[in-house]
Amino acid sequence: MTVHLTHFSAAFVFALFASIVFGITHRETTRDMVRYGLYCFVMFLGGAWLAGWAMWLVRR
Amino acid sequence: MPNSTPAKAKTAAPASAGVMAVLAPAIGWLIPGAGHMIQGRYVRGLLLFVSIITLFALGLMMQGHIYKPNGGDILDMLGFVGDLGAGGMYIVTLAMDWGQGAIAMAVADYGTKFMIVAGLLNFISVADAYHIAIGKKQ
Repeated sequence: MTVHLTHFSAAFVFALFASIVFGITHRETTRDMVRYGLYCFVMFLGGAWLAGWAMWLVRR
Repeated sequence: MPNSTPAKAKTAAPASAGVMAVLAPAIGWLIPGAGHMIQGRYVRGLLLFVSIITLFALGLMMQGHIYKPNGGDILDMLGFVGDLGAGGMYIVTLAMDWGQGAIAMAVADYGTKFMIVAGLLNFISVADAYHIAIGKKQ
């Protein structure tokens, strides 16, 4: 079985699962885990989105 | 005589913690999240299991490449170290001869990275299980 993900969906999946692991392993309390996981998710996906637009600008 | 039971408990607790400090990382490496589950952190263990297994499986299904120990190239060796972190999944993948095809599509390289990252995330998970076992983390 082969899965074809777009660049964005690959980034989304990566950000989601990496953020879950980071949240659980880097913080002590449940509340802090959720907050840090969300922070990581936004940073991963936001970083990819910004990098995408930066490359678009460089290309023009 | 009533003091004998607490005294036994005091001596038994560090021994059990010592065993757990070895057992939890070892089992956690073989099966992601299992190191947390055997210490009673079921939700955390389940989330780690699902996250790491899904990332690794998606990497395989995206036709990612799995690295072997005798790669020769330094980057191949680093890839091997990352893949090795996946523990049981890496062993099964090698045994079934999966992940050996030539990369034929652009996102297949993402698949290779997904599997390496899954292994590296499992290393972090193993370290976390160890910290719980020695009482450094709740």
